[in-house]
Amino acid sequence: MNLNFFQFVPFFRTILFLFTAGSLHAEQIAEDSSLSIQTVRFLSLTDYSVQIVLLGVILMGMGCGLMGGFVVTRKLSLFGDTLSHAVLPGVAVGFIFSQSKNSFSILMGAMIAGFLGVFLISLIKKTTKVRLDSALGLVLSGFYAVGICLLTRIQKMEFGNQSGIDRYLFGQITGLSTADVLGMGISCILILLLTFLLYKEMLVTGFDPGFARSVGIPVDLLQYILWMLLAFSVITSLQVVGVILVSALLIIPAATASIITQRMKSLLFWSAGLGILAGIVGTYLSFLGNRLPTGPLIILTSTSFFIITLFLHFRNGLLFKWIRSRGKEQKIAIENTLKAIYQELENHNFSEDTITLGNLAKRRRINMPEAHKEVKNLVKKNLAFLLLKKNQTLPNEDILSLTPEGWSEACRIVRNHRLWELYLTNEVHYAPDHVHEDAEKIEHILGDTTVRKIERILSNPRRDPHGKLIPSQQDIEQGFIEKKVIRTV
Amino acid sequence: MSASPPLFPLEVHDLTVSYHTKPVLYGVDLQIEEGSLVGVIGPNGAGKSTLIKTIMGIVPPSGGWVKIFGQKGKKAYTRVGYVPQRESVDWDFPVSVLDVVLMGRFAHVGWLKRVSKKDRSIACECLEKVNMLSFADRQIGKLSGGQQQRVFLARALAQESDLYLMDEPFSGVDAVTENAIIELLRELKNNGKTLLVVHHDLSNAKDYFDQLILLNMRLIAHGKREDTFTKELLQKTYGGRLTVFTEIAGQAASSQTSNQFPQKHL
Repeated sequence: MNLNFFQFVPFFRTILFLFTAGSLHAEQIAEDSSLSIQTVRFLSLTDYSVQIVLLGVILMGMGCGLMGGFVVTRKLSLFGDTLSHAVLPGVAVGFIFSQSKNSFSILMGAMIAGFLGVFLISLIKKTTKVRLDSALGLVLSGFYAVGICLLTRIQKMEFGNQSGIDRYLFGQITGLSTADVLGMGISCILILLLTFLLYKEMLVTGFDPGFARSVGIPVDLLQYILWMLLAFSVITSLQVVGVILVSALLIIPAATASIITQRMKSLLFWSAGLGILAGIVGTYLSFLGNRLPTGPLIILTSTSFFIITLFLHFRNGLLFKWIRSRGKEQKIAIENTLKAIYQELENHNFSEDTITLGNLAKRRRINMPEAHKEVKNLVKKNLAFLLLKKNQTLPNEDILSLTPEGWSEACRIVRNHRLWELYLTNEVHYAPDHVHEDAEKIEHILGDTTVRKIERILSNPRRDPHGKLIPSQQDIEQGFIEKKVIRTV
Repeated sequence: MSASPPLFPLEVHDLTVSYHTKPVLYGVDLQIEEGSLVGVIGPNGAGKSTLIKTIMGIVPPSGGWVKIFGQKGKKAYTRVGYVPQRESVDWDFPVSVLDVVLMGRFAHVGWLKRVSKKDRSIACECLEKVNMLSFADRQIGKLSGGQQQRVFLARALAQESDLYLMDEPFSGVDAVTENAIIELLRELKNNGKTLLVVHHDLSNAKDYFDQLILLNMRLIAHGKREDTFTKELLQKTYGGRLTVFTEIAGQAASSQTSNQFPQKHL
């Protein structure tokens, strides 16, 4: 899992957006209406506008998802962001040139500006000592500033008022035309071609470019192809989500996928899938008519997927880690209680088979409510039971005894502890006063086979380094009824 | 004499390399015979890695040429197996151990095609040879340094080359792995392969290799280990005697553009 701070930037931006853009420029694709009617309208795909928008977001999600897979694994997350900002002056110049918002010249302008930006970045990297992240930031902000200046000029021109050119800044899905979707389709097909035809070449150049070059793969050419397709997908998605949020389409699905899987093939698959799903769900939410803009909703959906994945995913998921560590802690607590009971009984030479709650609390160095809780856990697991005493007044005189299962568990854990101590002193040559703490931890994780092994190495010892009895397998199996046997040893 | 000259697995002539304006290697001439196990030694910054990278075409030379089995350029690389330095790759990349070894087959597979079952079984055999088959599905970053080095070695084996270039295959490797690797290198050599290995540990260089190349920005010596592993030559390689030479070379380089700097005879 290689996440860095930049991958979270789009998320914060989206939050900001929801509070500002909704009332400003971005628009949702339908007016308010009842939930069920809207859902039916959405699912039946009767509206032409819904059809075209859905097709658009699916193509966009797939293309950007795949592209993001390549970009994120190459640690170029910020690259898409830079590219999206760098195309802005090109969009403006293209608009001035053609004076209309749906035109080939805007696309060309964006392409040229994008390549100029990429060229500048590699120029800075080659000729100066400026690092890549600084070069990216430099080009990003420089180009963006020029773009904003030009766009402001355009809005003050006479044809600028109804131009709708600011859709490139904030994104606006309503005006999506067939030509726009066609552009997305072409870029998506090119990306799919790259993914399927050049998969192994892309894999080796991403992992080890030096080796790739040594087996005759044109690394630079592939990189330029990657950048070109990245520019395509950024430019075609620009009008849906706007300059600022485009990079989120690239980064978030791929970052989510990188949590789920550690293989390139499935990473690309997940990334594309999550991109598409986020597109559909985001569009649907926007369609429900909550007066929320579509682009930011798509990205918020995507971000939610990321957060859900972060919590749920099996191996890396926070939730599972928490549950697992909880389980382990509980097991250790139970084992420690059993050990304390054993030691307390041992202190009385096993003359009794019961122990008061107060004594247990004293030995475990915990207070009474805590001791109560621990005993309750033991009783629940059928390892111990409470005896009722006549005329009992104080709670710390509650009397506790071990069940046969509890007895054998207690013996096992004490045995692990003492065997390990002996092993450390005899075989690893630890000083006797250094072994206790180590054994406190190891006793909970020693498996049966390891215990057998240690026994064989130490030839079935009976006494630990402190001279105390190590309860044998026989003692454990015979249970506490035969305790007297131990006492006489 | 009309008989054709012997075909060397690796021939380097007057090779000069500079990074930006800083010269790294000057006028290196090498002829490596078939079936030899050659160690490249020299101090830090002597250009050992640069030599390997230039031979592999990863770093462009500013003068001279490289011939591999008498061929120049990309075609020749299908006969070379390459083990780069471990630091040169991104270990977080989502590839498994088997994926990495399969990369060694890519030169044989060709463009637009997928790896075949045969490639897969070759890759598995190579993993078995370095005792890493049980890790085949592990993500490459989740291995220890020595294990990663062995995977790189398996990838080079999967290339089924005649000439191997290895950049510090023993770095970050424990003693057991080091022995296993040197055994493997000797086995390759006995099978008629040619190996050029960058090595930085002088203490065992003499035991590991039949031939040594002493390098410090220029070729100090190349020959049998008995002839090259001498006090005088080692002092010449590791001693500070080249400081004047380096200084003047640096000045000369910065007064010209980097690409025009093949002047070694100062």
